[in-house]
Amino acid sequence: MTDPHEVTRFDEPWHAQVFALTVALSDAGRFTWPDWTRAFGATLARHGLSRDLNGGEDYYAAWLETLEGLLAGLNLAAPDQVAALRDAWEAAYLATPHGHPVRLAD
Amino acid sequence: MPHDHHDHDHDAHSLLPSDSALRVKALETLLTRKGLVDPAAMDAILDVYENKVGPQNGARVVARAWAEPAFLAALRADTTATLEREGLLGRQGEHVVVVENTAEVHNVVVCTLCSCYPWPLLGIPPTWYKSDAYRARVVREPRRVLAEFGLVLPDGQAVRVWDSTAEIRYLVIPMRPEGSAGLGVEDLTRWVTRNSMIGTGLAERPA
Repeated sequence: MTDPHEVTRFDEPWHAQVFALTVALSDAGRFTWPDWTRAFGATLARHGLSRDLNGGEDYYAAWLETLEGLLAGLNLAAPDQVAALRDAWEAAYLATPHGHPVRLAD
Repeated sequence: MPHDHHDHDHDAHSLLPSDSALRVKALETLLTRKGLVDPAAMDAILDVYENKVGPQNGARVVARAWAEPAFLAALRADTTATLEREGLLGRQGEHVVVVENTAEVHNVVVCTLCSCYPWPLLGIPPTWYKSDAYRARVVREPRRVLAEFGLVLPDGQAVRVWDSTAEIRYLVIPMRPEGSAGLGVEDLTRWVTRNSMIGTGLAERPA
């Protein structure tokens, strides 16, 4: 039986993660959803000036950039702390043998 | 120790995620450590959006609107309250408005600002819905955009484009196709395609 309802899935795990993180923060009252859509719309508009956005990878890149900016502006996640953790995760991946769970060094 | 397998470095360590993926992990780690977000809440959200919601929810609403006059009347009178009773409202407190296609008017939904979409009814928006090509052009030249979806409307049928916002989402009720007479809600649900509820398609006989 064919499914008449084309179901869209997240293309990449991080698309799903950044989506869930944003919804969870909004649910927790860190920002309202209209605040989110305004900020996100502004990022999309800015990106769309230089090229046509395809709605796939560039859409989630804009999403992530918006969330980073919003959290920095709310003093919830300082860019230098985020950058340090990003590098720590990279180091952890590079140091973990293939097939083993990757964990951050404490 | 040297070895003769030059690709070996590639799989010696775990596959390195993309820069974006690492930045998301960094945010998640920081916010979790600060107690600003609960990983269990994130998992629950993902479970809902990946496994529980999707176009089948909206299709059921449309099928019931076709088959049950009392349900259609309730939807028209207060869509948001009716969907809330069915457990089909989003967590963002948005209002849902149903727009009914007729022989005179065909409705199409877009979000020109970003990608506001009735997630609980339709699931994750398709890529084209989020593209500049669709968001900008469907307002300017809806008939041409619809034709690119294979939907050519009769000249006498007007096209009305609805621009979603964070507060208001739209669900198109497509016209009930000929040939679906006498079917019950379960069968009718299969006639309602995702695109027919956005307005870029029509309800059609299931393949």
